[in-house]
This record gives sequence, structure tokens and C-alpha cells, in this order.
Amino acid sequence: MDWLYVTMPIAGVEIFWPGLLILGLGVGIIGGFFGMGGAWMVTPGLNILGFPMAFAIGTDIAHMAGKSLISTMRHSKFGNVDYRLGVIMIAGTVGGFELGAQMIMWLERIGHVDLFVRVGYLILLGLIAWLVFADVLQKRRKEREARATGKLQPDAAGGIQWHKTFHKLRIPPIVHFKAAGIRCSMWLPVIVSFFTGWLAGILGIGGGLIRMPSLIYLIGVPTHVAVGTDLFEVAISGLYGAASYTYKGRTELVAAIIMLVGASVGAQIGSVATKYVRGYGIRLFFGVAVVGCGVSVALKLIGSFSSTWRGLLDAAATVLILGLVVALSGFIVLRFVRGARDELRMKRQREAAILSQR
Amino acid sequence: MLGSHRFLIRRAALALAAFPYQLLAAAGKAEPIVFVADSRRYHGWQAWFTNLYNDSLLMFTVVTVVTIPVVGVILGLLTDFLMARIGINLRSRTVAEH
Repeated sequence: MDWLYVTMPIAGVEIFWPGLLILGLGVGIIGGFFGMGGAWMVTPGLNILGFPMAFAIGTDIAHMAGKSLISTMRHSKFGNVDYRLGVIMIAGTVGGFELGAQMIMWLERIGHVDLFVRVGYLILLGLIAWLVFADVLQKRRKEREARATGKLQPDAAGGIQWHKTFHKLRIPPIVHFKAAGIRCSMWLPVIVSFFTGWLAGILGIGGGLIRMPSLIYLIGVPTHVAVGTDLFEVAISGLYGAASYTYKGRTELVAAIIMLVGASVGAQIGSVATKYVRGYGIRLFFGVAVVGCGVSVALKLIGSFSSTWRGLLDAAATVLILGLVVALSGFIVLRFVRGARDELRMKRQREAAILSQR
Repeated sequence: MLGSHRFLIRRAALALAAFPYQLLAAAGKAEPIVFVADSRRYHGWQAWFTNLYNDSLLMFTVVTVVTIPVVGVILGLLTDFLMARIGINLRSRTVAEH
């Protein structure tokens, strides 16, 4: 079974290549659907496949840039990408990312990188999960109240509306973002992107996990446009991140390309699946993914403190994260298949009706 | 209830922001880690690739940064073509909401 393994020329480790392909496919689906790179799944996944953490981060970011480019191309055709917003955010993201990447290189030198990355992940995932579920619960409560009083609930009147407060920041220039349908100070996306870029650089991720909810909750971008714009952002910042990590000698290009083959198929499926799911549905499943990821990171972290339980907890984290990738990508594929089937059926019915009228 | 959430978020954000600086203060003199790929094990393109990595990280970075988007666009166009074969509308989405 040697043919199932390929030697990574730089890291010098033997890697099970179908694992890379499947990992790429899974995170391609999830990334295209939720609007993020999926590093939070790939980095531990690569580590599980036998990559040293330092190479896992660089390789992940390199593959993520290519995959997000594919998803952006697809979302752009649906009108889900606000390029003006994306371009404005790039400056902040790159500045913040470089600061974070310099910090992580230094942490690696003193030997705390694994611990720091996992603690950072955990805090961040907890905050994001709380935010998403609080939003969904608030939205449902408002809907119940609206039903009780007999008033119609407009789609836009969702749960958490922090962006309304941030839009009161009227520092010029005030910019209109057409695709997103919002008007705010240019400094709002710059500040938000600098902060999210800094976090992304420190945690070794593309930033989509943080930026997607930030676009929705802090800037007020509709969910589908947040997904597409974030992917555009991940593609650009991911390429910059890949250059940064590669120049520091931490990227395995061969692995990134193998993953990209699987991710190219997944990215198409995930992006097209957003056609068939409402914004709050995307947010809810995003929250589920974040919780699953958080639990797996917590298991790894606890295992690092206990030599007795380490093996068991690491295995549990592996099972959980792979299970999460399988379950989420399975759910998205199902929605894609159902949606496409219904659309094709309706298309055939329309065509049949036109023919019968002739 | 909302106040306690805000307090928790503020504390977590402060902890996250302060953590690297605490470690920075404890760093002392640390030497940078240098990775070297073992090019003696390989032949052909793999030998060229590992030598490129060892000789010039700048050129290795240029090769990586050019290869990734080029491969991405080629694979994207290919999968886009295959997706269009299904027959669904790939130009607009029907669901529109915040």
C-alpha cells in the first residue's frame, strides 16, 4: 500500500495522500458554504495526518488561497461579492495579519506555539459560538413576539443588530457598498479588518472564521454577501499569508496542490448550496461547526497537560473533527442535491407548460 | 445578564491581547529555527524543488505564490464547466435576505 503515501519533499514526512484529498474536499464544501478558508479544520487535520504544526499552518494557508479563489469566482456570479468592501478591508487585514504572523514566529522560537494557538482558538471559538446562538435565539424570540401580536416580521429585522450602533460612527469618508446595501464610514471596515487580520495571523488562519461574523454583526452585511465578500478577502489575504509563511520556510506546496484538487470540487458544491439555504440557516450551522471545533481543540489542550489521558483525548479530538467535517459537508451536499433537484424539476415543469401552450 | 456578557467578552479580549506580550517579556535571547530539506533523498523535480527551497526562499516563495492561483483558476474553470453540465441556474440565487 505504499502508493497511498507520498513523501513531502520539504517537511520530509510520508503523508497519506487520499487523506489530503478528502480533507480538501470536505473543507472546500464547508468553506464555500460558510465563506471561510476552513483553517480551523485543516490545521488540526494536517497535524493529525502527520504534519508538524509549523508546516501545517503554512500549507493550509497556501491551499486556502487557491480554494477561496475558486469559491469567489462562483459567488461573484450570484452577486454575493462586494468588491469595494473587500478591497477596503484588504489593507487592514494585511497590516493586522503581518503583526500577528510576526508574533507567532516569535512564540515558536520560545516553544509555546502549540499551546498559544490552541488557547487562542478556544477563547475565540467560545465567543463566536455565543454570538451566533444569541443572535439566532433573539431572532426567534422576536418572531414569536411578532406572531403573538399579529405583526409581520421583516426578514432584515433579525437578532443582534450591533452594526446599527457602529453605523453611527460618521467619520468621513462615508462609503456606499452597493452589493452589501449598506452605507457607513470607510474606517469601520478598516478597523474591523485590522483586528480580525491580527487575530488571523496569530492563530494561523485565513481569518474567515472571525471575519464572516464580523461582517454580519459589526458591519451589517447580509449573510450571503458576507459569505462571498469574505471568500474574496480570504483569497487575497490567504495569498499574502502564504507568501509570508513560505518566505519563512513553512509551506509544503505539494500537499497544498493535492488538497486543492479535492477543494476545487468541494468549493463549487458549497458555493452553489448557498442558493438553497436562508441566511439564518447558514448562521445556525456555522455556530454548530464552531462548537464542534471548540470541543476538539479543548480535548487537545486538556490532553497536552495529562500524559495519561493524552492518547485517548487526542484520538477523541481526531474523531470529532473528522466527524464534524463529514457531517457538515454531508449536510451541505444534501441541501445542494435537494435544491438542484427541485430547481431542475421546476425548470422542466415550466418548459412543459410553455410547450403545452403552443 | 447583558452586562455580564459584556464583562466576560471584555475580560476575554484583554486576556487574548495581553498574552503574547507576557510571553514576549519572558522570552530572553532565542535563536531563529532554520529548516533544511534533505535534497540527497530525491531525484528530478523533487531534487530541484528541495534545492530551490534550500538555496533561495525568495524564489521558492515566488514559485508558490504564482502556482497556487494558477492551479486554482485552472481547477476552478474546470469544475465550473462540470457544474454547468447539471443544468441549474448558476447566474442568480432565489433566496435573498439578511
